[in-house]
Amino acid sequence: MDKAVFKALNGGASYNPSGRNSGLISLASVLLAAWALMWAFPALAANIGAGPEYREFPLIGSRVAVWVAAEVHLMFAAFVLGVPMFAVIVELVAMLTGEKKYDALAREFSKLVTLSTSITAIWGGILLFLLVTLYPKFWNYLSGIFAPTMWIYPVLFLLELVFVYLYYYSWDRMTEGRSKWVHFGLGIMVNVVGTILLFLANTWATFMMTPGGINPDTGELVSLFEAIYNFAWMPINIHRLIANVTFGGAVAAGYAAFKFMYSKTPEDKAHYDWMGYVGMMIAMWSFLVLPFAGYYLMREIYAYDQTMGITMMGGFLSWVWIIQALVISVLFLGLNYYMWCGLERIEGGERYQPYIKYLLTVLVLGVMVWATPHSLIATPEEVSAMGGAHHEVFGSLGVMSAKMTAVNLMILASAIGFMFYRRANKIATHPSAKMLNLVQGGIFGGAALIILYLGIDGYFVSPIVRVEKYSIWQVLLVLFAILSTTGLDVILFRNCRTTGGINWGRMAPRSQYALLLVAVAFTWLMGLMGYVRSISRQHWHVNKVLEDTSVDAFSPALGYVSTVVTACTIIFLGLVMLIFWINSLTEKKKAA
Amino acid sequence: MQFLKNALVQTVIVLLLGFVVLELVQPPIPLSLLMFYMSAIAVGMAVYSTSTTERMESFWAPIRTLLVSPSLKLLRIAVLTAIPAGAAVLTAFALIPSNSAPATLRVIHPAPPGSITFEGKPINLREAVNPFRELKGTDQQAFAGKVELGREVYFKNCFQCHGDHLDGEGPFAKAFNPRPANFQDVGTIAQLQESYLFWRIAKGGPGLPAESTPGRSAMPRWEGILNTDQIWAVILFLYEKTGHPPRTWE
Repeated sequence: MDKAVFKALNGGASYNPSGRNSGLISLASVLLAAWALMWAFPALAANIGAGPEYREFPLIGSRVAVWVAAEVHLMFAAFVLGVPMFAVIVELVAMLTGEKKYDALAREFSKLVTLSTSITAIWGGILLFLLVTLYPKFWNYLSGIFAPTMWIYPVLFLLELVFVYLYYYSWDRMTEGRSKWVHFGLGIMVNVVGTILLFLANTWATFMMTPGGINPDTGELVSLFEAIYNFAWMPINIHRLIANVTFGGAVAAGYAAFKFMYSKTPEDKAHYDWMGYVGMMIAMWSFLVLPFAGYYLMREIYAYDQTMGITMMGGFLSWVWIIQALVISVLFLGLNYYMWCGLERIEGGERYQPYIKYLLTVLVLGVMVWATPHSLIATPEEVSAMGGAHHEVFGSLGVMSAKMTAVNLMILASAIGFMFYRRANKIATHPSAKMLNLVQGGIFGGAALIILYLGIDGYFVSPIVRVEKYSIWQVLLVLFAILSTTGLDVILFRNCRTTGGINWGRMAPRSQYALLLVAVAFTWLMGLMGYVRSISRQHWHVNKVLEDTSVDAFSPALGYVSTVVTACTIIFLGLVMLIFWINSLTEKKKAA
Repeated sequence: MQFLKNALVQTVIVLLLGFVVLELVQPPIPLSLLMFYMSAIAVGMAVYSTSTTERMESFWAPIRTLLVSPSLKLLRIAVLTAIPAGAAVLTAFALIPSNSAPATLRVIHPAPPGSITFEGKPINLREAVNPFRELKGTDQQAFAGKVELGREVYFKNCFQCHGDHLDGEGPFAKAFNPRPANFQDVGTIAQLQESYLFWRIAKGGPGLPAESTPGRSAMPRWEGILNTDQIWAVILFLYEKTGHPPRTWE
């Protein structure tokens, strides 16, 4: 970059291509690119009417090209939208408690976001150009419907970039008093603008699934508001918002695990052990509510169109959900395993280790129920022996009533595991400690029994009762159990005795591999779920409105899907590793 | 009995116990499901065996001893020979040619199309509702009449396969693969909207999409045999007789 341009962009700051200012240069270049994109947007849309409907991308084909670009863009977008949410909260904790370690942690989280935001923008650009050049008919239609939102989007992206970079690079300059609050305000703005961006992009994706606000015969726009506020928009907004936090937490924990294993000093090990723990906690707690958001989304899709609902859950895509159940089970086991390993670094934690086997039993049984398919893979001899494709004992586990029950009990078991972790080095001195413990046990036991009862009775009531009442009651019971026992813990362990401290940094390496596994599994899962959402339209660009008549208008087999999703995961994690490495260069420079 | 406290021994016992219990289940479960359940148990035991450092040491100790102890040389050679030999035997069995058809995945409830044509008239399955359903709240006598019509249709046309008790155990049932649907099972009509049943009855086995093959259902195509009213009436009867309400969203 030219020195004069740099100075103009940075208020006369001196030109320094290395170290801290390299981030500002990166920001400036992305700003310029985004600005150019903003003006190119309508121009691109305007010039596509006369050309062909589709163009072919070499080697991998148009669909895979767009698929990979969209997925990697979404993975980065989820990361850069998720991490600031808890970075700001951690910063607030630092401000309220005065603990510098929280401030350092929030700063480290936000450091991961800066370069990632630039890469998000670049992948967004790649996706846009691929759509415009490879799917001009589709793009012409979509941009015709959503033109105003597409003008707003790049402006917001510019704002987001500005806030993200200002938030990180002003950290050391705005450390005290009012300026710290201004800095906190910048973090809030990162989240506000980021969330609006997310919601805006969701309008286009959900419109393709559940179009609204158009004339169903001609596809012409009738109401932009209804096109935006289409059937799946709000459920997807909620689902993605929560998933982004989980994803951000999981990747940040993976980063901490990576740094932990590379750390040479006890101080660094302690810091990254703690960072991994915080990231894991964020991932776990947001992850616990994610199945409910997903359930709500699927309920809305069923209500919109039973064909789409059954295609996804009971039709040819049903096995994707078995794979999803397996991957989520890996996440459940990974997160709990990390927590159980963590008991070893807490003096007194060994008191709770004997309970691991019971919690694990619930988790494994939950996995077995959750991943039992409704349509079994069987040889003709096996089908004949069963008297049909439906097994009379295990076949009944293939429906939602069983699966919802299993998930809720797994969440409950995880919450109990966390309660043990929380109290690992504490001994209650409250006069009613025994009774309060019994009450907590009663709450967990009672909730588990009622959840089980509702799950069994769910087989004998109408679907509307099961979906609208029982599933909600089960969720509320889990939340009640978690919140009430946490509240009782606060009373129970006020002025408690301690058995010792937490030895941060004294964590077995296998626990760090569990964190890495969670980060990889979550990334892969996100890719898989992106595919499901997209393929639910089958051979339609816009469901039942604009048909996909390209050579790629077929539903790929699961093996093929897994390969593409794995490729997306490798690209994303490879780029994340690159970001970690670039960040480490700055650290080395500082240390030198 | 001290050896029972060893993590490796416990893992082996749990795996064997799990296998035996699953093998005892009747009717036998397909190999695909058995393998999945056994994998879940194995992963669970791996997690448990490494959840504490002490337990992990206990798990590895016998293996380490076997691999390094001079006094266990013969056993070591036997085990290290048995493992690849076992793998070779299993591979050989797997490669033996078989006349059996390969394992298949057949979707029981395929996704319905958005709309169908019935006797030349288009029916939108997304919006179609049973026209007789509302009679339940407005005209009990008329509703009972429609259920009676459905009963007649059922016992003239359907019971041979689906059974007197709607449980899929009709006199012809055992001759079919896949077997006729058991309407009493909460996993069948209780999960579906009435328009889905209309599609299945009207178009039958020949109207199933590719994902529900092979072993295409023997269900006849009732379009041209039953009229619209008869199909809606028999759907009404199925839900009334079984006591299952149809899936609705209101």
